[in-house]
Amino acid sequence: MTELDPDLARDGPELTGVELDRRLTAAWRRQPGLIGWLSTTDHKEIGKRYIVTAFVFLALAGVLGLVMRAQLARPESGLITADRYNQIFTMHGTTMMFLFAVPVMEAMAIYVIPLMLGTRNMTFARLNAFSYWMYLFGGTMLWVAFVLNTGPDAGWFSYTPLSGPEYAPGKRVDIWAQMITFTEVSGLAAAVVMATTILKQRAPGMTLAKMPIFAWSMLVVALMIIFALPAVALDSGMLLSDRLVGTHFFNPYEGGDALLWQHLFWFFGHPEVYIIFLPATGFISELVATFSRRPVFAYPAVVVSLCATGLLAFGLWVHHMFATGLPRLGFAFYTAASLTVSIPTGVQIFCWIATIWLGRPQFRVPMLWVIGFIVTFVIGGLTGVMLASVPLDLQLHDTYFVVAHFHYVLIGGAVFPLLGAVTYWFPKATGRMMSEALGKLSFAVTFVGFHLTFFPMHITGMMGMPRRVYTYPAGMGWGTLNMISSIGAAILAFGVLLFVINIILSFRAGRVAGANPWEAAGLEWATTSPPPVYNFPHLPAVASRTPLWDEGEGLPVTTGLRVDDRELLSVTIIDAIPSVREPSPKPTIWPLLSAIAIGVTFVWSIFTPWALVFGLVPSAIALTIWFWPKNPDVPPEPEID
Amino acid sequence: MTPAPRFTGDLAHLPTHGFGHRSLTWWGIIGFMLIEGGFFALTIAAYFYLMSQEHSWPPPPFRPPNLIAGTLFTLVILLSELPNTVIKRAAEQGRLREVRKLMLVMVGIGLVLLVIRGFEFNSLNVLWYDNAYGSIVWALLVLHTTHILTDWGDTVVLGGLMHTRHGIEARRFIDVSENSLYWRFVWLAWLPIYFLIYWLPRLA
Repeated sequence: MTELDPDLARDGPELTGVELDRRLTAAWRRQPGLIGWLSTTDHKEIGKRYIVTAFVFLALAGVLGLVMRAQLARPESGLITADRYNQIFTMHGTTMMFLFAVPVMEAMAIYVIPLMLGTRNMTFARLNAFSYWMYLFGGTMLWVAFVLNTGPDAGWFSYTPLSGPEYAPGKRVDIWAQMITFTEVSGLAAAVVMATTILKQRAPGMTLAKMPIFAWSMLVVALMIIFALPAVALDSGMLLSDRLVGTHFFNPYEGGDALLWQHLFWFFGHPEVYIIFLPATGFISELVATFSRRPVFAYPAVVVSLCATGLLAFGLWVHHMFATGLPRLGFAFYTAASLTVSIPTGVQIFCWIATIWLGRPQFRVPMLWVIGFIVTFVIGGLTGVMLASVPLDLQLHDTYFVVAHFHYVLIGGAVFPLLGAVTYWFPKATGRMMSEALGKLSFAVTFVGFHLTFFPMHITGMMGMPRRVYTYPAGMGWGTLNMISSIGAAILAFGVLLFVINIILSFRAGRVAGANPWEAAGLEWATTSPPPVYNFPHLPAVASRTPLWDEGEGLPVTTGLRVDDRELLSVTIIDAIPSVREPSPKPTIWPLLSAIAIGVTFVWSIFTPWALVFGLVPSAIALTIWFWPKNPDVPPEPEID
Repeated sequence: MTPAPRFTGDLAHLPTHGFGHRSLTWWGIIGFMLIEGGFFALTIAAYFYLMSQEHSWPPPPFRPPNLIAGTLFTLVILLSELPNTVIKRAAEQGRLREVRKLMLVMVGIGLVLLVIRGFEFNSLNVLWYDNAYGSIVWALLVLHTTHILTDWGDTVVLGGLMHTRHGIEARRFIDVSENSLYWRFVWLAWLPIYFLIYWLPRLA
């Protein structure tokens, strides 16, 4: 081996292999120890923390669901009081929507997207870390309050006037509203990071038309978050100020209007459903392609459907408000819009079926979740089309039929694909395969448990059982169906428990996975499992939508980024032509300290508006130190011949 | 054994910074302007929604806000675009001395605006807890004031940074350029709010 030039600060034919690994690891690794752990800016570490945290919240909210099912199993059950039940269903919905469903989708993308795009880290890596801390603090605040019997109790959408100062004294609703502030700051930060990463940091040659469909779905979702989340943040801000400083936004006696709350909430809340669902469709597209051994059928149609769903999602919010009384034209318009959104989703489903049909499907565990998704989601979609019709909606509004519908679309449409995606990318993140046998068993038990729980709710709903009641009289004829749902819930929980056991066992002793155990086509499978801290020794270059299938082992790479400092490649947004070598920020503790300062301000401001004034000072100091350049002494670039 | 990589291109000749849409910072700023723009748009939507609940606007017995402070604020913030444009150009051409001088001017302008804003709050002729009209007018003004305040803080820190040895780095000039871009957003967002707070109650 020839002697390496010690000043050689770029990868290339002369600097590759072991020596390149040594230098890149030195440039990209973080400090060991607790401070280093708290300071990380590596998207893989942040993504894994996000995923684990989101699954903890899933477990907590799932247990609350089980408690509710235990209470409702029999009529006139006295297991829990009405007040406790109100807190429990509010916490269940709030946790599932704000602390599990949206964050877990962002979390999966934070881990996977940079690998799929062939880059070394996300843009704004410190903002990414900040986003995680804000999420963690918001979720922790909510659950600490719940344990202290100050859990919110006005439902996950906290309708005024029930949630207003008159009907909800105490701090329960304020905790809910401030949790919104935390998660929205976190979600918006993550969305900006996601959108800029996808637009600017793709591998050379990965034009928009060659981008993986999951990346497309996350781009659409990031833009939806940017346009939708301000609505709920504004709404909850107005609610807080009505409660704390006596404004009258939602007070009809002083010119306000309670329905303003609903409009702003659902302007966010309906897109929110697609913010959860579209990443799941991205998972499905990846899984279907890999396990059918062919590219997704009609890629342009799938991408156009994603974009169309993202746009249409903003024109549907009023269908949550049919029962509030609307002008006739409003009824007609929002019914039509709600029916229209089923078209692009239908197109996607037909494209997946065509992909399976034309391919050579392998029914490995991730593919089973895909099948489970298609079956379940189609049922949920059809009940959605039913509910889009105003006369039927007025009949079924606030009944268990609606509960059945949204669990079919959210669990069937998002959690099933998520569990498939976790199984699929688990070997990439850990280097080990999940057990196939245990995986099949957990799928079967979860699938059966799910349908046993939620299918009977369609009928209980049509029989008139309202949602959010802590008990019901004997003799209504709802007892048997509720008992079946409760038994189903136990089975469903057991299925999820099997999934978790599989994760733990496989993490410790699963079969060792190679770089590409599923023989998939995406760039994330071009690096080792788990990937090195710098992701790729040389940045991959792509010429097709399925690079690993088309290039085989000889994936082309580009060279020339520095190896003695953290550098990323940014490209033009449409054609992915290399444009600038951008530095990537180093790890620092200040995003965490900023999140603490801002978090204390937020929690404090539940009690006094002056917290915003006093909290400004430490927050501004922390943010200033975060942004202040700390390492100006990067060695100058070596000359290029 | 992994096969030897197939080298196809080299990036070493690429620049390490670029202005405008070539810079990641620019895309980040655009993202945050979309978010903040969403906040303004939705607050304005809420304004019209609450207005539609009333027979007259402002609801009696309240009078529309006095014009002097708000109009003065509008004039000053419009004029601030002159040094803002010069500073953006100076940053993009790497003229450090000019940038340093003009950042101080922008800090001064921000202070003047904050003082005038104080008088604006005093001239609304309604308090936030009087009724929903008062609440939404205050909400618009508070929302915009947070933008003046945060941009002012940003300008102070960046201006300080430009006076240190970090100021000569190309990336700092990008920051100055994007700070100027954000200022344009702040004053552009003000124009519809000025109309809604001061003129619509007179015309409606």
